[in-house]
Amino acid sequence: MEDSRMEDGRMEGSRKGKALVQLFLSTLYISAFTFGGGFVIITFMKRKFVDELHWIDENEMLDLAALAQSSPGAIAVNAAILVGWRVAGFGGMVTAVMGTVLPPMLILTLISFFYQAFAANPYVALLLKGMQSGVVAVILDVVWGLGGKVVKERSLFLCVVMAAAFAATAVFQVNVILIILSAAVLGVLRALWLRRKKEGDRWFT
Amino acid sequence: MVYLKLFLSFLKVGMFSIGGGYAAMPLIQSEVVTGHGWLSMGEFTDLITIAEMTPGPIAVNSATFVGIRIAGVPGAIAATFGCIFPSCIIVSLLAFVYYKYKNMSVLQGILQSLRPAVVALIAGAGFSLLRSVAVGEEALLPENVNWLGIVLFAAAFFVLRKWKWNPILVMLLCGIANLGIHVILGSV
Repeated sequence: MEDSRMEDGRMEGSRKGKALVQLFLSTLYISAFTFGGGFVIITFMKRKFVDELHWIDENEMLDLAALAQSSPGAIAVNAAILVGWRVAGFGGMVTAVMGTVLPPMLILTLISFFYQAFAANPYVALLLKGMQSGVVAVILDVVWGLGGKVVKERSLFLCVVMAAAFAATAVFQVNVILIILSAAVLGVLRALWLRRKKEGDRWFT
Repeated sequence: MVYLKLFLSFLKVGMFSIGGGYAAMPLIQSEVVTGHGWLSMGEFTDLITIAEMTPGPIAVNSATFVGIRIAGVPGAIAATFGCIFPSCIIVSLLAFVYYKYKNMSVLQGILQSLRPAVVALIAGAGFSLLRSVAVGEEALLPENVNWLGIVLFAAAFFVLRKWKWNPILVMLLCGIANLGIHVILGSV
């Protein structure tokens, strides 16, 4: 966005306003038309903000994508926060998050109001019931792929964590947050242990 | 106060769902179905189906759906705000650290061992959805099983695994097949 590097301070405000409007419309559009979750939305953001608007360079976008995926919360929202901050600071963040969250909110609000009548209709109920079989297949297909990747890492530690977490949630009904926190603590301990093993005595200096 | 409860519940969902997409599902189930009883398992299964068919993150879709059913539009806003609030803070902090040190090895170490746990949790939620498809809220007995649902699930799983069909297409076909078979058998 070469032409926006303004020397004239008075113009800066209206330029920023324009950038915010464009940021809002871009995130609104991307969010409204992207099915298939976080990874897909990052591809669309790259196309818009890197290739089309040149607001962010490609390597930085890759890092932002990695950050969005490693942070808690929805990947799409995380990516919007990062891109928003990057483009226009705090105001940009609020704008990008609003743009990302509004379309699903509006759509789900409409669906929620009609859901009772919807689900009471026998034809719609049968359609939904059949689609439930499909959604379970989609989820377990994803689990199969992700679980396979974990197994392929050939790490006993990771396989044990996976088996223990599954037993904890499916058999013993342990609280989900407790399982996540335990896995995180194990991860920290393992990272420290690996580093200590690698660095030997230099660890404390 | 119900708005505060919605906000706090989805705050937990936003704070502990790491890895995006389906990672939020077990947390939403634990808060909304097991914890507060805001939705039955059947309604939760419908919600996941609807969320999959519409754009947007599952967490935001669920927050809106649950919020509206429990406390109308203000409830939806409270729940949605709850689920994005932790992200706004944590992501900003991480971005700050990232720009300062450009090094995320400890974070990556934690994530590496979180991943198998998150996969296991998604699997757990997936199996409870499968149970809901198979027997609904009934006991797990052969006379309660919806065999057509199981057959559709198996067929869908097969085409997804083997031929990588588009998930939304597969779901629509399952819905149409279920409706069509019931209409043909005259059991609507």
